[in-house]
Amino acid sequence: MYRYDEYDQQIVDERVKQYRDQVRRRLSGELTEEEFLPLRLQNGLYMQIHAYMLRIAVPYGLISSKQMRMFAHIARKYDRGYGHFTTRQNIQFNWLKLEDTPDILADLAAVEMHAIQTSGNCVRNITSDEFAGVAQDEVVDPRPYAEILRQWSTFHPEFAYLPRKFKIAISGGKEDRAAVYAHDIGLSVTKNAQGEAGFRVLVGGGLGRTPIIGSEICEFVPWQHILTYVESILRIYNQYGRRDNKYKARIKILVKALGIDEFKRQVEADWADLKDGPGTLTSEEVNRVATFFTDPAYEKLTNHDSQLNEFKADSRSFSNWMQRNVKAHRVPGYAIVVLSLKKPGSVPGDTTAEQMEVIADLADRYSFGELRITHKQNLVLADVRQKDLIRLWQEATAQELTAPNIGLLTDMISCPGAEFCTLANARSIPLAQLIAERFEDWDFQHDIGEISLNISGCVNACGQHHIGNIGITGVEKKDHDEWYQVSLGGAEGNLSSIGKIIGPSFTFNQVPEVIDRLLQVYLRERLEAESFIDTVRRIGHVPFKEHVYATDFTVAEEEIADKHAVVPAQYSVPYYSPRF
Amino acid sequence: MIIKNKTIVADDWIVLRLNEQESAENVTVPEGKVIVPLPVWLQQRDALQQRAEIGVWLASAERPEDLKGDIHKFSVIAVDFPKFSDGRGYSIAYNLRARLGYTAELRAIGDVLRDQLFYMQRVGFDAFATRPDRNIEDALKGLTDFSEVYQTSFDQKLPLFRRVQRKGNLAADVVNE
Repeated sequence: MYRYDEYDQQIVDERVKQYRDQVRRRLSGELTEEEFLPLRLQNGLYMQIHAYMLRIAVPYGLISSKQMRMFAHIARKYDRGYGHFTTRQNIQFNWLKLEDTPDILADLAAVEMHAIQTSGNCVRNITSDEFAGVAQDEVVDPRPYAEILRQWSTFHPEFAYLPRKFKIAISGGKEDRAAVYAHDIGLSVTKNAQGEAGFRVLVGGGLGRTPIIGSEICEFVPWQHILTYVESILRIYNQYGRRDNKYKARIKILVKALGIDEFKRQVEADWADLKDGPGTLTSEEVNRVATFFTDPAYEKLTNHDSQLNEFKADSRSFSNWMQRNVKAHRVPGYAIVVLSLKKPGSVPGDTTAEQMEVIADLADRYSFGELRITHKQNLVLADVRQKDLIRLWQEATAQELTAPNIGLLTDMISCPGAEFCTLANARSIPLAQLIAERFEDWDFQHDIGEISLNISGCVNACGQHHIGNIGITGVEKKDHDEWYQVSLGGAEGNLSSIGKIIGPSFTFNQVPEVIDRLLQVYLRERLEAESFIDTVRRIGHVPFKEHVYATDFTVAEEEIADKHAVVPAQYSVPYYSPRF
Repeated sequence: MIIKNKTIVADDWIVLRLNEQESAENVTVPEGKVIVPLPVWLQQRDALQQRAEIGVWLASAERPEDLKGDIHKFSVIAVDFPKFSDGRGYSIAYNLRARLGYTAELRAIGDVLRDQLFYMQRVGFDAFATRPDRNIEDALKGLTDFSEVYQTSFDQKLPLFRRVQRKGNLAADVVNE
């Protein structure tokens, strides 16, 4: 993986120093909260309901065991013993004190990490394919380009105060695993007929209040020109993106208002001035950065392992895990292992300090000391020898990291929801837990097969509900009670689509029954080996909708007398969300 | 006092801002060194360009291209930041310098604060009228927050990867050998 040289280290160290002084000025009152806000946000620091939350960048989701141990240290020393992995491949700590944050950033800098631009109206952490470099369908390894873009976007002087946040994702496989259609800029590295690398550039995708699938602005930008092309997109956006209304400020609104053809014309007029200029990438630089992403010292192995097959036959749990959580690797004898952070009943993405340390040890022993964080809030050991799978499974099982549910119903994406977030209308995590309990049965989940269920506590869509096959959104109603909208037919990947709302919203306790009814229709209607989303696409929404609303819901709504009672016990905090 | 070329200097320019009763057409531009709003320049161009020294300022929604052809008539061009979080002024400055070839003083005015100065100087500002309620000596420190940058902008024509010899992964070289 990428390692800092003296330049990277100096820039990050100087940031810590700058930020430390900003915190000092805030604490002494020299800076008002209004002035401090964008400064702290550009360092990933949010003020949430209970405490400060720090979002730490994990560039394109790649992390070393040493860095993971630092997370464990931070969780113990400054937080409440755990952290939360996010859909943008970052980690968040939820219980921090402002005065500790400069020290946390200094600790992070010591292991080549930072929280730069993880929030605020600037270019955010670049996300990528969690299987980059090891996927069988990879055309070009996106990681060197992701790192080059990370450096280019770090403290870009012109684009630090954009109309709104700006997210870039990059993927390099035939199948998109980075949700490039749902980003402000989505890049797919590909090759032209001459075998030269370049980028298919999508622009104006995004979720939130106005979900839009990105439009293709250029079919093929040769690799040399990607930085200048992205620069021109950002310059047009910075000048013309709306600033009068926060909800209309993302680039997707500008692209939609101008139309993709006019937007492209403006971008390329700007770009004409930059093309072939000094910002053009050099092969020396790409090759230099690529030296950090060369293959680890793989052994010469074969895919056949009789012991593995025997063990699979003996253990249902193991074979379930092999089927869902172990993915094909491009090198014979190796496998990609996804550690599930979605054990039913747990909080999606949450990881304790102890788990982090065990995971770091597993990475050291079984996967060349490296890990990836996925956009579905799981962790990946990318380079595991197949002959180590049994031992790895046993050790990871002891830490409850082997729920065999990757890509299944309980591999849910969930935002933090109303217990933490001032924006949310409704709770997300307890709903995820309730759903997971209802459908806990592994045989049932394996029978249902591939499906995505995404939960957001509000329209801002941090849980990416629009691209879930089933999407759930907390909605605002007059009475301030919790209501949830259910949408159907969203998808990510090459066939990305935005889900459609099926009808009137539901109460907290009705949602699991709604999901059950949707699944009943699928089981009734599916053709052999057809996935949930394929059935939805084939038969349309109507049969699902009709079945869901055909009969009354009989679930009893509990009367919540004391709102404090709905806070999960593990948080042991007073619950004073203004929403309740 | 303003910051100019990284030092604190006295300043005798007046920034003319129109009040509600005044229009670009009929406002009387005072004598002396005045930085007028762009619409005033466009309306009173013939008279104003007779002056020995004149400046113009752009609001964040205005286009520097509107000054094309006139750009060398100004001793100072200012860009207004109505709020420090309005980042349009950065692209205005970049376009003035890099595209329109403006070489005289480029001044940031309005909500100009210490923590934005580093970025502002990179896109081409060389003068900063920092907010009067803040200590200008403190603000000066904002120009030196970082000693190295990755990307090109107006101040730095070459990206880091073209300026210095950066090391690749040495361990990988060994493996390749």
